[in-house]
Amino acid sequence: MSTLNSIVSILFDGLAYAMFLFIVSVGLSVTMGLMGFVNLAHGAFAMAGGYLVLTLTGSMGLPFPLALVVTFVTVGAVSVPFERILYARLYKAGELDQVLLTIGLAFMAVATYTYFYGPSPRTIRLPDYLMGQIDGGIRSFPVYRVFVIAIGAALITVLWYVFERTNIGAKIRAAVDNRRMAQSIGIDVDRLFTLTFAVGSGLAALGGGLGIQLFGLNPSFALVYLVFFLLVVAVGGLGSFKGTLAAAIILGVCDTFGKYKFADAGGFIIYAVAVLILLAKPAGLYGRE
Amino acid sequence: MSALGIRSLNKNFGALRVARDVNLSLERGARHALIGPNGAGKTTLVNLITGVFKPSSGGVFLDGENITALSQAARSRRGIARTFQINQLFRGLTVLENLYLSVGERTRACGRLWRAAGAERAVIEEAMEHLDALQLADDALKKVRELPYGRQRLVEIAIAIAQRPKVLLLDEPAAGVPSSESHLILDVVDRLDPDIAILIIEHDMDVVFRFAKRISVLVAGAVLLEGEAGDILTDERVRAVYLGEEAADREARRG
Amino acid sequence: MAGNSSELPAAGMPGKSGQAAAMRARAVAYLANRQRFRLIEGLPWALAIAAYFAFPDRMTFGSQILLMVLFALSLDLILGYAGIVTLGHAAFFGIGAYTVGLMASRLGWNEPISGLFAAAAVAGFAGVASGALLLRYRGLTLLVLTMATTIMLQEFGNLYHDLTGGYDGIPGLEFAPLFGRFDYDLYGHTIYLYALGVLFVMFMAVRRIVHSPFGAALAGIRENVARMHAIGSPVHGRLLTAYAISAAIAGVAGALFTETNAVVTLGVFDFDTYSAAVLVMLILGGAGRLYGAFAGAVIYMVLQDYLAKLSPSFWQFGVGLLLVLTVLFARNGLIDLFDRFIALLKRTARR
Repeated sequence: MSTLNSIVSILFDGLAYAMFLFIVSVGLSVTMGLMGFVNLAHGAFAMAGGYLVLTLTGSMGLPFPLALVVTFVTVGAVSVPFERILYARLYKAGELDQVLLTIGLAFMAVATYTYFYGPSPRTIRLPDYLMGQIDGGIRSFPVYRVFVIAIGAALITVLWYVFERTNIGAKIRAAVDNRRMAQSIGIDVDRLFTLTFAVGSGLAALGGGLGIQLFGLNPSFALVYLVFFLLVVAVGGLGSFKGTLAAAIILGVCDTFGKYKFADAGGFIIYAVAVLILLAKPAGLYGRE
Repeated sequence: MSALGIRSLNKNFGALRVARDVNLSLERGARHALIGPNGAGKTTLVNLITGVFKPSSGGVFLDGENITALSQAARSRRGIARTFQINQLFRGLTVLENLYLSVGERTRACGRLWRAAGAERAVIEEAMEHLDALQLADDALKKVRELPYGRQRLVEIAIAIAQRPKVLLLDEPAAGVPSSESHLILDVVDRLDPDIAILIIEHDMDVVFRFAKRISVLVAGAVLLEGEAGDILTDERVRAVYLGEEAADREARRG
Repeated sequence: MAGNSSELPAAGMPGKSGQAAAMRARAVAYLANRQRFRLIEGLPWALAIAAYFAFPDRMTFGSQILLMVLFALSLDLILGYAGIVTLGHAAFFGIGAYTVGLMASRLGWNEPISGLFAAAAVAGFAGVASGALLLRYRGLTLLVLTMATTIMLQEFGNLYHDLTGGYDGIPGLEFAPLFGRFDYDLYGHTIYLYALGVLFVMFMAVRRIVHSPFGAALAGIRENVARMHAIGSPVHGRLLTAYAISAAIAGVAGALFTETNAVVTLGVFDFDTYSAAVLVMLILGGAGRLYGAFAGAVIYMVLQDYLAKLSPSFWQFGVGLLLVLTVLFARNGLIDLFDRFIALLKRTARR
């Protein structure tokens, strides 16, 4: 493979991976930044989203894009009672408690899905227009990955607009910056949090659905990929949209690079990069101290 | 040579200047009050002296030695002790253990991992002496969080005294204490060793009047005035600063 | 030295000095009592010995439980006492395991007890090195850093799978008889008693450290680190010491793993089987209570053994549920529940 080809491939595949990481992690980052709540069950929402998309497109025959939208809305809605009933009790608790509670929930989720769906990896049957390749000159690109990057770009635009240009985005940024101050000027932080939590969980589910074709799907997805979501959130900085995006791209591309150059051994590059960045900037690239 | 010297101390948080060219000098045995309106930067100054923050420029000197580059713990070991405006105690531990830690860290006993804590008789003795002095001995075996706030405040002061400091920084010692109990705190402050240089941040003018020999007035991070207590308290400019503050309060309450 | 405000005239209060002396005696007694041995502390050891006679065919499993107790104990020192939350403790467990494994396979040194010392030394050193770097961080940053560095260690091990045997491990390890005399019989009896002995010694050492002035300082750091800085405590140094000791003990647990299983694989660095599991064990049993490690590890391992046989997802669900319930309702673990139960009994007995 020529060098140009390699570079393009690494960037392309890295970007697709980065979009997946971003879509799933952005919700986690904002909710952690907003409420200081460590939610290790976030991966479970992604996993659940994957299975929902699978069921919707499989036995219910919904078109893939519609399934994605339905999954986003459904999982987002379902996450609200979790937040209200369970999570809200631990907002004042230490991070260890939050870690333990959410890991426990993640275990329960993985076990439940293993029981009903079995542990074997599943694949998804995509519509024809998402299969195949596009000729891009230097090389041909799988349509599906282009699709993922496109969805990612669209979501980034929408989210950027919401964050930077709308009232609600301003409120979120204010509350992330200084929760008490935001409350004292009348922002209903609790309601804001429930909303961001729902949207974040919905996005995670959407990301999970997108990821089936890229990584396969099985219940332990919720725990195995959790590490990467946490890396993205920590490296990007809690509560930061820009940070999550930057971290997702850096880590996504580095991981792809590592796997290209060193095959299986390259798996550690993503960790090494993350560790180095965190040692230098413990609050993340765009985090606040 | 002064016990504590602050020279041209500046601190910026980004564009926010919280300390502007502050100079302050405490002699041995000083009884110095730091007053000023809310947000003037009084606690920030204490944080700069104790090492919680490093200054953007300027220096902190203890007995002539430049301690600006030293950590909090290093400065503490050289003889600076402080109390916090809101109690910073070991709430889940007993009063005795709170004092034990203060004495134990000072005497390096806490570096020993093989001896039993109960075998450090000297540490326990001294801890109890400090508690006796503040009439806290009866509460020695109670957990701090079980005590009323006023007595917790006394523990806060006891911990600082137990460090046997040369310089003691008291951040609003009577803050949050019900007025019926505040005399306990003030009596303790009165009885402090005359050799210790004490800087007390206070809002209550009666306390300042009772206690201070010299006063520095801090406004917006800069020292507006400094001098003998009597002079400062009758100075027009000080009244203006505080009247200004009162007027602002009245406005806020009306609107 | 300035500042001797402790001497005050107790004016006009006769008998005060008698009262003061009584209070001092109580203070000394209080601290001395905390580290005196209570009868109930014999219970877990008695149970361990009883198990030896009651379940002779489960001795290998028993050894695994004992070494997990030791691993949980090591985490208790840094988490329960010093309050540092780490998700990467398996690193030290694995380092200890591989020290013994590599010594046996590469250097031909298979004396078990010196293996323990070597493992403790190497793991302890790793603890100092990583602690010096990582203990400046807290919260999510520390969680992610500890998790990531352990995974990296595992990936490195995979990179050099010629040395480490990869996930299949170093096979065919054999260990010299204990003290040159006791052979490892087929049903693992010797191994069990060996593990129990090691656990006992390490446990008593940790118990001593926890009740020392150093242990008090760790509690202070956990309760209010800002105050500790202000009273002159070298916080970072204290944490580093605790972390290094904790790492060394985790290393001994790992060494026991290799010695009792006669094999070591990269699975010893696993997040879910070790780092997360030991955290769960400690919380279940009760952190900061020493014996919580016992209670938690035993319950976890026994449940896992029983439920995983029925179905792995039953086990996983059960652990998840147990964890959620513990955090919500029994935050201080089983030991605390046990304490409260005893206190309740005492209260009803008095009436």
